[in-house]
Amino acid sequence: MVDQNIHIGEPKATLSMHPKKFALWLFIVSIVMLFAALTSAYIVKQADGNWLSFELPKIFILSTAIIMISSLTMHLSYLAAKRDSLGRIKWLLFITVVLGFLFLLTQYMSWSELVKENVFFVSNYASGSFIYIFTGVHGLHLISGIIFLLITFGKSLKAEVHSKNLVLIEMCMTYWHFLGGLWLYLYVFLLFNL
Amino acid sequence: MDSTVVNEHIDHAVEDHAHEHHGNFITNYIFSTDHKIIAKQYLITGIFWAIIGGGMSMIFRLQLGFPEATMEWLRPLLGDWITSTGKLDPEFYLALVTMHGTIMVFFVLTAGLSGTFSNYLIPLQIGARDMASGFMNMLSYWFFFVSSVVMFISIFIETGPASGGWVIYPPLSALPQAISGSGLGMTLWLVSIALFIVSTLLGGINYITTIINLRTKGMSFTKLPLTIWSFFFTATIGLLSFPVLLGAALLLIFDRSFGTSFYLSEIYIAGEALPNMGGSPILFQHLFWFLGHPEVYIVIMPAFGITSEIISTNSRKPIFGYKAMIISLLGITVLSFVVWAHHMFVSGMNPFLGSIFMLLTLIIAIPSAVKVFNYLTTLWKGNIIFTPAMLFSIGLVSFFISGGLTGLFVGNSAVDIQLHDTYFIVAHFHLVMGSAAFFGMIAGVYHWFPKMFGRMMDNKLGYIHFWLSFVGIYMVFFPMHYIGIAGFPRRYYSFTNFDAFSTFVDLNAFVSIAALITFAAQFIFLFNFFYSIYRGKKAPENPWNSNTLEWTTPRNPGHGNWPGEIPTVYRWPYDYSKPGAKEDFIPQNIPFSKTPESNLPHEVKEIEKEKAVEKA
Ligand code: HEM
Ligand SMILES: [Cu+2]
Repeated sequence: MVDQNIHIGEPKATLSMHPKKFALWLFIVSIVMLFAALTSAYIVKQADGNWLSFELPKIFILSTAIIMISSLTMHLSYLAAKRDSLGRIKWLLFITVVLGFLFLLTQYMSWSELVKENVFFVSNYASGSFIYIFTGVHGLHLISGIIFLLITFGKSLKAEVHSKNLVLIEMCMTYWHFLGGLWLYLYVFLLFNL
Repeated sequence: MDSTVVNEHIDHAVEDHAHEHHGNFITNYIFSTDHKIIAKQYLITGIFWAIIGGGMSMIFRLQLGFPEATMEWLRPLLGDWITSTGKLDPEFYLALVTMHGTIMVFFVLTAGLSGTFSNYLIPLQIGARDMASGFMNMLSYWFFFVSSVVMFISIFIETGPASGGWVIYPPLSALPQAISGSGLGMTLWLVSIALFIVSTLLGGINYITTIINLRTKGMSFTKLPLTIWSFFFTATIGLLSFPVLLGAALLLIFDRSFGTSFYLSEIYIAGEALPNMGGSPILFQHLFWFLGHPEVYIVIMPAFGITSEIISTNSRKPIFGYKAMIISLLGITVLSFVVWAHHMFVSGMNPFLGSIFMLLTLIIAIPSAVKVFNYLTTLWKGNIIFTPAMLFSIGLVSFFISGGLTGLFVGNSAVDIQLHDTYFIVAHFHLVMGSAAFFGMIAGVYHWFPKMFGRMMDNKLGYIHFWLSFVGIYMVFFPMHYIGIAGFPRRYYSFTNFDAFSTFVDLNAFVSIAALITFAAQFIFLFNFFYSIYRGKKAPENPWNSNTLEWTTPRNPGHGNWPGEIPTVYRWPYDYSKPGAKEDFIPQNIPFSKTPESNLPHEVKEIEKEKAVEKA
């Protein structure tokens, strides 16, 4: 709907997808490859031996729940934007940001739990180091997601997020769902492969 | 709330850039978002690195060819890297080969080649005002620039730059106790390459998005020039493989600086045991070559695209097998991800796995051969015009054949036991990748120079440059096959320490002299390039009578590329010497309705569709 107003006297885009959204998907592909590399390194290393098995931190259950709920609030915020209920957009985005920070906190706490279990980042057992790498690198991406959320939140405060201007919040939602899904993948991967 | 109250800021997919851009020098030429300027920035930076990388190879070729000669005269440049006896420091020799490889593969043939031509040609050939995101494009260049600065600085630090080879295998690259270049030099290498990866991803995302989304009216996928197809696949490979290198580098950083043991296992240095245990150096090789092999195709595919375009234009014939060219590019793209372990046949990898990778490796020879076949058949019976660009493109085909044939040798896991890590490998990849891609890049510069700078390069100098380079490169790399079959390992400081190889002293001296001449010949090109920017003959708008859209722009295309509306595309880009046509070329923007004399039966039907395209 947005695309109709532009390109006056310009050739019409040959594909209807918005270039920025498309670029975001490509960016997501590159992140997928990064984690594909890390998780396959994990499997190769595991086959190599010198492996330490241990319990996954319990708090991962909590953090997984938090990030799933945040995906929900994100989605509700998008639906609110579609219906132009500007107040709800703001609140739901805000809650999503808070949940994002909570998730980071619980991930950090998982590290303390690991240390209590004597699983250290710096050790001769790569299994332990890998968990720190997974959570750490995922956390870094999550911070970028929070920054994206904050930008969208800022725009929503200026009433620039609404049914006629959905691109930003749609992209934000895509990225946030992706980050949630990525964590889910990592968690399930670890559940089955430790 | 009523939606009319809200701020109606609508997100533009592409802003209208038809107007001339008025900015100051800094926004126009330095922090520019114009794809043409960014392309030139990539080109100039690439040329800068090529001189440095080439210069380094001259130094180590002197060492290999003339081990007895004194290097005292290099002291003002290299300082203490020249030992008190006037010799090249052996560790610095390793630093030189490492830097040479890194610079050439990443900075010259990836950034310098893809960066220049993808940026320059994608918008111009698909009919777009600019890249999908000019800002991201600018960012991509500046990440590359900073990455370059970091790598450049690393050359001058006291402990020397990274020295473990461009493949930076741990443990060597992880332990400063093993080689001094693995100290700060290696850290800077990793930082630089991390920045480089960010730059490549930003660039690649932009290229793909632009090609998919911003094609002009009528520019369907089957009307895209092969250059665009090759840039598209190249960017796709980069997008999928560079993140893996980032992952590999990340784990290496933790092993080096934090004490983890991903790659490091039980190691004794000078009788002292390191604390690390249980790591797997082969893991690194897997991760590295998962990028490393696709990377070699990242290097060659843009050169393929450029060659397709130039060979077709200058044979005045349609490219032979347009669809086959696209399919083989696709085949190479897919297969390039499943052959990486052919670099690891002798790493201790499971030999059964080795034979699977051998099979896959030999399969990739098929699409490569298809491309070569199509180049040759395009040339066959063409009205060939030997412009310098054309000569360099033919040179590319020649190198690719010579180097590809040795690929079949080393692709056999049994044969590779003898040949691995010898000069045979050096010969293989310098011909098939190094020289071929380099020729593609040079061909591209000769061919698109008139559009880039509005002037012509000098043809005579171009011919001299071509013959010296072409003959020179064969002189340099052909003899290396023999040295390699005899078993001499690559990356060794000196031949003369081993009696078995003393018979090769003359051959090595010969190679070094040929290398010096070849290197010197490149300065003819440099002179021609810079001189022609200012003094060259003024170029016509379409000097090669070519069909693609970039030649419909003014002599010096401004911001937005076309002053008026973007041309619409009606036909594929290879209508050369069409029977019945008035001229021997019909540009893509000429509708079939204007060329009744040359239309084929199925094209007559296209005329109906043209009206629909115009209305769209
Ligand atoms: C005909 C298809 C090809 C086959 C079967 C093939 C096979 C191989 C094999 C088996 C190796 C490893 C040799 C060893 O280290 O012992 C190798 C090395 C190499 N190949 Fe090829 N190759 C082919 C084409 C290419 C192409 C098209 C390129 C580049 C555009 C290329 C670039 C390289 C490079 C850079 C290396 C050496 C990397 C290093 O160790 O530093 N090859 N090739
Ligand atoms: Cu390879």
